[in-house]
Amino acid sequence: MTSPTSSSSISAADVIKVARLARLDIDDAQVEHFTEQLAKVLEHFTDVDALDLSDVQPMTQAYPLANVLRQDVEQPCLDRDEVLAAAPQAQDGRFRVPTINGEA
Amino acid sequence: MASLPTTAADIAAAVSSGTVTASEVLEKHLAAIAARETDVHAFNLITADAARQHAARIDADVADGKPVGALAGVPLALKDNMCTRGIETTCSSRILEGWKPPYDATVVQRLRDAGAIMVGKTNLDEFAMGSSTENSAFGPTKNPLDLSRVPGGSSGGSAAAVAAGFSAVSLGSDTGGSIRQPAALCGVVGVKPTYGLVSRYGLVAFASSLDQIGPFATTVHDAALVTEVIAGHDLMDSTSIPQPAPNLRSAVGQGVARMRIGRVTDLPGGAEPEVMKRLDDAFEALAAAGAEIVDVTLPSIEYALTAYYLIAPAEASSNLARYDGVRYGLRAPASEVNAMYGATRAAGFGDEVKRRIMLGTYALSAGYFDAYYGKALKVRRLIADDFDRAYTQVDAIITPTSPMVAFAFGDKVEDPMAMYLCDVYTIPSNLAGHPAMSVPFGTGAHKLPVGIQIMAPALGEVPMFRVAGALESAARGLK
Amino acid sequence: MSDMLLHNGWELVVGLEVHVELATKTKLFSGSPNRFGDEPNTNIDPVTLGLPGALPVLNQHAVELAMRIGIALNCTVQPSTFHRKNYFYPDMPKAYQISQYDQPLNVDGFLMLPGEVRIGVERAHLEEDTGKSTHIGGATGRIHGSEYSLIDFNRAGVPLVEIVSRPDIRTSEQARQYVTELRAILLAVGASDAKMEEGSMRVDANVSVRKPGDELGTRCEIKNVNSVRAVGRAIDYEARRQIDMLENGDRVRQETRHWDDGEGRTHTLRVKEDADDYRYFLEPDLVPLAPSAEWVQSIKDNMPPLPAARRARLSAITGASQESEAVIVIVERGQDDYIHAVVAAGGDASKALVFVQQAFADETAQPRVPAKDIATLTVMERDGKITSTQSKTLLAEIVANGGGDAVALAAAKGFEALDNSAAEKMVDDVIAAQPEAWAKYCAGEEKAMGALVGAIMKLSQGKADGKVVTAIFNARRNA
Repeated sequence: MTSPTSSSSISAADVIKVARLARLDIDDAQVEHFTEQLAKVLEHFTDVDALDLSDVQPMTQAYPLANVLRQDVEQPCLDRDEVLAAAPQAQDGRFRVPTINGEA
Repeated sequence: MASLPTTAADIAAAVSSGTVTASEVLEKHLAAIAARETDVHAFNLITADAARQHAARIDADVADGKPVGALAGVPLALKDNMCTRGIETTCSSRILEGWKPPYDATVVQRLRDAGAIMVGKTNLDEFAMGSSTENSAFGPTKNPLDLSRVPGGSSGGSAAAVAAGFSAVSLGSDTGGSIRQPAALCGVVGVKPTYGLVSRYGLVAFASSLDQIGPFATTVHDAALVTEVIAGHDLMDSTSIPQPAPNLRSAVGQGVARMRIGRVTDLPGGAEPEVMKRLDDAFEALAAAGAEIVDVTLPSIEYALTAYYLIAPAEASSNLARYDGVRYGLRAPASEVNAMYGATRAAGFGDEVKRRIMLGTYALSAGYFDAYYGKALKVRRLIADDFDRAYTQVDAIITPTSPMVAFAFGDKVEDPMAMYLCDVYTIPSNLAGHPAMSVPFGTGAHKLPVGIQIMAPALGEVPMFRVAGALESAARGLK
Repeated sequence: MSDMLLHNGWELVVGLEVHVELATKTKLFSGSPNRFGDEPNTNIDPVTLGLPGALPVLNQHAVELAMRIGIALNCTVQPSTFHRKNYFYPDMPKAYQISQYDQPLNVDGFLMLPGEVRIGVERAHLEEDTGKSTHIGGATGRIHGSEYSLIDFNRAGVPLVEIVSRPDIRTSEQARQYVTELRAILLAVGASDAKMEEGSMRVDANVSVRKPGDELGTRCEIKNVNSVRAVGRAIDYEARRQIDMLENGDRVRQETRHWDDGEGRTHTLRVKEDADDYRYFLEPDLVPLAPSAEWVQSIKDNMPPLPAARRARLSAITGASQESEAVIVIVERGQDDYIHAVVAAGGDASKALVFVQQAFADETAQPRVPAKDIATLTVMERDGKITSTQSKTLLAEIVANGGGDAVALAAAKGFEALDNSAAEKMVDDVIAAQPEAWAKYCAGEEKAMGALVGAIMKLSQGKADGKVVTAIFNARRNA
């Protein structure tokens, strides 16, 4: 099986899709700007495509630890009023948000 | 006033013994801030009143004969991406402007317990993304040594604060060089400990698998002292190494006799010739001090920058998703929640942060994950393997910290890749999870400071500080 | 298999995804309470709210409960990891859910249904729950047409185990049995209170239909199935809907549907989009969870007996079928041990089963009445010392008083059963005294029996056993 390569460059359509996934409103000028800049950064990745990485295990931890656990013991909670005071909008002890119409 | 101690170790000793007061020491630093902060802009927030109260409490404790900590009365500046209860923590971002955390970071708690006095929260590249502090939403920090130049970044404010004498020591965070590079550019000592040595609890995350907190100081001994205070296991951070803080101060004066120091023969090029000259000087000095210089190769580090600029943005894209206008921070008005998200994040994040969120989201998205993120993690392994091989031959490796001395404002803002190249020598240790630090070692172009980077294997802080101590001594004799 | 086919030879294929909230004291990754019904946003901490700088630390007890579930479902417990599932939603504080993804804790188990039907369990993995949104405004309180929503994060971070069955379920009855048995197991191992009505056990059904031997059909995921009964109804409705579509030449669209229990139908909730892109990647703030063989063994060694074994044991001692309601209910309530205690105290097992089922319906745990008191009562009734009516009266009194000696109570009330010869004499006396009623009864008017038995009761002051007396009257008539 050949591994997927990054040779295909990022397109404006990719940038628009990614901005939507990341919930970042961008205008047309920014689409162009980002497409160009991201392409430049990703260009460097073609060097990596030349490497044979088939036998290499991905490194997923900076320091090897396992089974780090805490006891099931209650800790003090934050003060609701303090927390809600920092919220953009709150009502009835809860955080208020505009209506949720889109999908998750 | 002239006789007041300047290093953290001397301040703490003098304050503890009652020969000087914490208040006197603090006022000297506040005076320095008053004189130059307008020019330098090291701080997002100066907490002078709270600092004065804290200093008075320490002085009262000393007067009462109560025990005070290892950093008693030491003025400290904190990078503004570490949570301080009830005190604004912004990450130099509009999206968090005005946010007062309801809790303290572990390091903040430990420093306070040790008697350090926080004078303020320092400026940074927004969410620690940058190498010049130009990406701060609240304006750049200037290099105290030359106000037309950058202090480096992202912890530029913390480096500048120490260089300008605003605080004796400071804390920064280092994801790809964000402590070491500004330390080099500002002529101070900066340490990135082993990943997991210092708790990240309360450090606002940029890239979780790379971020590490560490100190800035004017001396290697002070850097060792602060590292000892903040290091050690923390139950609140699952990636915290379950070991007590190492004794580092004793390593500083041990010398390097019979140590094996690595010279990387395939180091990526591009550094200024004056910088490379200082690296040669450093090898010469270490050899003169009794170390053996051994050639090593790190063939994969030429890919480090590329791997880093996928791994860090990928993690960042997820870490920064929580800034959604629901629970804290900025919210842009909108009638529907998804519109609110999009508008809030567009208004709240600066250009570089957006760029990295986009890049990271792309690298993780369906169809691209294996091609980008998956491969970057494999390159990360190759780099760690390179180091493991090298460390069978040597105890530490030295390189330049930064390819260049402090550069002028605006030089690299328009070209992200040029800016990213600032971190070419610092990124590999973040990827490997290893400790590394920068020690000032003479000057380069424009008589600006050059930093030498010392790298060591995981938990190799002791050999690293031995080399740092030797370089610090040797630097005094440099022309 | 033919009896399992739906009309026109369609075969139903169902897989169930069941989310259960674990019965821990605190959240999966932080120390705020895991408690239902508290004031909104009172069980919150920096991790729960996804505050900047907060870090997750895994709850050991949650892991152990998850292992108990896995072991009870005959799964293999294996080394596992946590991923981030990235998506924006107001009740998801970090904008990602921490969940086990490609390396779940428990894999490859099964659950046995009555009749030796084996349903595969693909996995049972740990993940965190979301907060709760309440939609305000609009006509129905539904999300669509609402003006705004209010978010409570008390539930955010509550530990969940998601149990995913293989698509082995072929009838809605099997689905009900699966949910019922799974619930009994969860209660038995103490992993969850498994209250479907409170949402601590939530069932999603993946439903498709096909002709036997064909590939799997396009499936729909049915959400909001809040009772065992609803599981069956929703699946029946959905199967019918899909068959109707297919027989009309339409295609089933892959989508998520909402079960409306009031209307008895499913509605489209959302269509599965290609845009769903959760950008899963390993959670860098957590480390792998790899339970040692010793740890797994210690959990196994301390597993309480499972419902199937307990039902078998109760059935063996009482003579009631394992699938009888009394046996199922008693085991579900966890009162089977009590019945064994009654029997150990010399009681009658089959009468104890009836007594406990009737008298302790409100009790969720062990009845507070000493087992020997119930034992005495069962023996008195079995041996005909008191009538069943009298025994009911005594049982109620013993339960109300939290205990009592049935012999003494019966004596105090003057309760005793008539012996047969006395009863026969009374029958003859009543036949003589009420010839009209007797004649009517002999002519086949069964209603006349009421007057005859009533007369006996009056004569005996309630000490006669109605069943015994009726039998004697019958014998006289048939003689």
